[in-house]
Amino acid sequence: MLANLTALLSTTLRMATPLILAALGGMFSERSGVINIALEGIMLIGAFTAMAGSYFFSPWIGVLGAVIVGMIIAAAHALVSISFRADQIVSGTAINIFAAGITGFLLRLIFGDAGQSPSVQDVGTWKIPFIKNIPVIGGVFGEQIPFVYIALILVAVSYWILFKTPFGLRIRSVGEHPAAADSVGINVIGMRYIAVIMSGFFAGLAGASLSIGLLDLFVKNMSSGRGFIALAAMIFGRWTPHGAMLAALLFGFADALQMLAQTIGLTFVPRQFLLMAPYILTILALTGVIGRSTPPAADGEPYIKEEV
Amino acid sequence: MVDKDISEKKAKYLQEQHLVDFIVPIISIIAGLIVGAIFMLIIGAEPIKAYIVLWNSSFGSLRGFGEMLVNTVPLIFTGLAVAFGFKIGLFNIGGDGQFLVSYLAAAYIGYMFQLPMYIHLPFALIAGMIAGGIWGGIAGYLKAKLGIHEVITTIMFNYIALYLVGYLAGGPLKAEGLLPATPKIFDTAKLPRFVPTMRIHYGIFLALAVAVLIYYILWKTTFGYEVRATGQNPDAAQFGGINVARNMVLAMFISGALAGLAGTTQALGLEYRAYQPFGFVGYGFTGIAVALVGKGHPGGVVLGALLFGVLSRGAMMMQSMVGVPKEVIEIIQAIIIMFIASEYIFKYLARKWRERKGGVADAS
Amino acid sequence: MAAGNNLAVEMKGITKRFPGVIANDKVDFELEKGEIHALLGENGAGKTTLMNCLYGFLNADEGEIFINNKKVEVTDPNVAISHGIGMVHQHFMLVPPFTVTENIVLGKEPTKNNMIDYKTANQNVRDISKQYGLNVEPTAKVQDISVGMQQRVEILKALYRGADILILDEPTAVLTPQEVKELVKIMESLTDEGKSIIFITHKLKEVKSIADRVTVIRSGKLIDTVKTDTVTTNDLANMMVGREVILEVEKKEANPGEVVLEVEDLYAKNERDLMALNGTSFSVRRGEILGIAGVDGNGQTELTEVLSGLRKKEKGTIKFKGREITKPQTKRLFEEGISHIPEDRQKRGLIMEFKLYENLILGRHDRKPYASGINLNNKKIKEEARRLIEDFDIRTPSETVQAKSLSGGNQQKLIIAREFDRKPDLLIAAQPTRGIDVGAIEYIHNSLITQRDNNKAILLISLELDEILSLSDRVAVIYEGKIVDILDIGDATEEKLGLMMAGAESEEEPEGGGQVG
Repeated sequence: MLANLTALLSTTLRMATPLILAALGGMFSERSGVINIALEGIMLIGAFTAMAGSYFFSPWIGVLGAVIVGMIIAAAHALVSISFRADQIVSGTAINIFAAGITGFLLRLIFGDAGQSPSVQDVGTWKIPFIKNIPVIGGVFGEQIPFVYIALILVAVSYWILFKTPFGLRIRSVGEHPAAADSVGINVIGMRYIAVIMSGFFAGLAGASLSIGLLDLFVKNMSSGRGFIALAAMIFGRWTPHGAMLAALLFGFADALQMLAQTIGLTFVPRQFLLMAPYILTILALTGVIGRSTPPAADGEPYIKEEV
Repeated sequence: MVDKDISEKKAKYLQEQHLVDFIVPIISIIAGLIVGAIFMLIIGAEPIKAYIVLWNSSFGSLRGFGEMLVNTVPLIFTGLAVAFGFKIGLFNIGGDGQFLVSYLAAAYIGYMFQLPMYIHLPFALIAGMIAGGIWGGIAGYLKAKLGIHEVITTIMFNYIALYLVGYLAGGPLKAEGLLPATPKIFDTAKLPRFVPTMRIHYGIFLALAVAVLIYYILWKTTFGYEVRATGQNPDAAQFGGINVARNMVLAMFISGALAGLAGTTQALGLEYRAYQPFGFVGYGFTGIAVALVGKGHPGGVVLGALLFGVLSRGAMMMQSMVGVPKEVIEIIQAIIIMFIASEYIFKYLARKWRERKGGVADAS
Repeated sequence: MAAGNNLAVEMKGITKRFPGVIANDKVDFELEKGEIHALLGENGAGKTTLMNCLYGFLNADEGEIFINNKKVEVTDPNVAISHGIGMVHQHFMLVPPFTVTENIVLGKEPTKNNMIDYKTANQNVRDISKQYGLNVEPTAKVQDISVGMQQRVEILKALYRGADILILDEPTAVLTPQEVKELVKIMESLTDEGKSIIFITHKLKEVKSIADRVTVIRSGKLIDTVKTDTVTTNDLANMMVGREVILEVEKKEANPGEVVLEVEDLYAKNERDLMALNGTSFSVRRGEILGIAGVDGNGQTELTEVLSGLRKKEKGTIKFKGREITKPQTKRLFEEGISHIPEDRQKRGLIMEFKLYENLILGRHDRKPYASGINLNNKKIKEEARRLIEDFDIRTPSETVQAKSLSGGNQQKLIIAREFDRKPDLLIAAQPTRGIDVGAIEYIHNSLITQRDNNKAILLISLELDEILSLSDRVAVIYEGKIVDILDIGDATEEKLGLMMAGAESEEEPEGGGQVG
């Protein structure tokens, strides 16, 4: 029983990690007023890049590559949706389709396989000396893939950036009332570019955590909706880093429970219901059934400076 | 009173407007094909040859043409769904979820009941439409009553549909045996094929008829008038006594029902049962591209659906015959969407160019 | 010589043109150090344009600007800010979920170890607010504080950035009388501290009680700059509104019939949830034009919205043709026989992307002969559209062009055609000639008279006093959501109305209103 509990919580943490990372990315973007549904696609490209980096060089070069490519793709989203004033949803959709195409294309081209890449070296695990020996907690936190610790640290860092620094205050002002920000000399367009590119950093990292963290290979379309769950976690967590983390943990728990139930043959709840839970909870959160979740006021609105 | 002076100027302006409407999709398609060609060159394939294969795979034989139409049918429906949503100012990206619930609902009616065809087939079609309609209508309701962004709700409803249909088709509604799918539907619920050896079914005519119907609704009925008025200017629509909230719910219901018809025809015309889904087929998302290429006009949607039908049909052939990975089609599709979405930059550049050439821009 | 020059701002020969209008025509303006200087004029007189040139939102076509005796090219607001100019906009530039302090320091945050130093920031805000007597709670969220408080935050924002010259754009428009008094105190303590203030207004009473000097602008031209204690409100009213009447409308004596619309004790709230209509009462009879005169923002918008079913009333009765309308609904009101020319033709009046024939049926698109059942009768619609285009002299290449391709005047005629063609019993015309050319104005005025002579009741709501005077048979003056008085046109003079509009006559200030502090 205890072993099962430990396994359950440990899996929860692992499954939540990509969601936490991508949700943080979505949060920065939306806090600045740009909806980024391209998280899904950027994750996918990040996952592929990390795998390829590990295949040709080393796992950590793979991680670095994933982050850089993630930022480049996000920059494209920024260019098209901020400067070209394209619909943010349309641009995100195009990136998602592009991501599925390019990763599938390269998979076939480099590895000659349609379904998955060969196994590559993953990033391994990190052991935390003292915590490791505590019962249950040690089993959950003592030895995990590095991304788990990175994600938890980034939650704290993101909180600090968003709520404690001038930069964070400015990001939030741009997403709430761009004209007000503009009137005190803040570069609205520039801030939005930075925030969207930051979201690419996080989504790329999230992708890396999928391919060379949770697994040791790339599988076609392996993000399989996690970008959208991350979006849900961000909403459910009310656009805050800690809230998004808690929501991601809740969603990760549902996922872990579903996996555990499958392995030990429990069928008290159909697994699909557990998989569905995040989305239903998010809708309920938006409707106010469980505390109203309100987006930044200028979320999704392009900023066009009034030409008097 | 018709004024000759302004008449000429305005005619010129209108011409330009129409030009933009046509030129932007065409430039975008060409750009997509060029980018596709670049990817082919990278891997050492010959783009011209590949594109000839692409063309021939749909237009080289009757069989190919039929298969292309099979791909086109669901895209007409999902394209119309997105276009109809656009008309009232809402973005329905829930086509995939609406597809799935309708797919299952139509199949369920198809195998559960034994009725004469003239009742059974319409019954199954309508059931499918209603299922998709409800799935879209909820998002419309949440938008109209609570102001929740329809993009978020339709994404969430996509996944709820995926798992719900997965549960039902793989569980309570599963047929005996190993296949994770519902039982087969009765012949009376099938959309017949019109060339016995080919998979193309009457769904294509249904799709074309629905496109005409949507055109009719939008431009020839009072409801369509209200939908367009609401989409263009909700304040003025409200001032004109139009019930904006009610129309939003209704329009999203119709949009969902249209996407639902894609799933319905898939079940009744092609697969004759509902399989447990393992992911989205992506018709909903491609529908966005179709609607954009078609500039939201039903006629344009049909053309856009044909384009993407040809591309997806050609993808398989290009892979097997010239060794171009079929995913190149997705890349082309993404580029097309990006270009069309960036219409503003085209207009901006055109204006700059005209200013440089003509000196002063038209003051009006 | 230079030392004797005590000017904070000097603007010389400022000219600003917009397509088709000269908003400022060689305007001179001087602001002395330490004074409160009112900039007075009607709506659209060019006050805000002038200040936007000073603040760098707009660049003047001609003229020079000196700040503290130094010539400055104010190309954008950052230049103005760096020269010590701060502007408090009419629509506040505040981020609602942020705290007072966060709003004030935004863009210029004090930091410690790369973090915002909230302790210092809050202390700074407290210090400045104490210095100038602007009492605010630094840690309160802006969305939770009153409008008056929000305005103080805006002033603090400017002061925090080191502003010595403050421009307040219609600062009293959104305030309650008590809040206005507090604002006046604040302004005085600011000038005591050596700041100079320009405040833009169209309220005469305020000019007298608050400002040291006043500059009056009319139709983009400088009328005069005078000391407030050398003029009476009456003089100011004349300077502000007393322009030559350019619009002469031929009309017969009115022959009013029975009462069509009766509004009694109407209350309604505005967007900010404040009461905008405070017991409005009036009635309109057949065959007459009742003009509602008033300064912008005294409840006119809310009144028209309630009467067209777009805003709910809090209290009061509306009787139409003798029957009470308890719950006004847009569609119902149309059908009962009320037509309505909205004040904002682009927002409410027309669907710009729609073609003319489509716009001409808005509101009756589901009725015969335009529709039969669920179908639109497009042939009939176009036919009728051509008739209306001909009848109402709408200049257009055809009925199939989009409304946005027409000129402003023709767009307005399009609305008039649609609304008149409904054959209403009551026509509500809000700002029917705003922003359109003289030819179209004349046409619209004549049509309103024709409608009156055809025994319709017309409620004309306009900010243009000329328009009210030349068209109305009776004039009601609205002030702070109440009808001050209703005069027969024979008794209504510009001076009288101007004073009533500025709240001078009916206002009974318990403290006299003049001396504060």
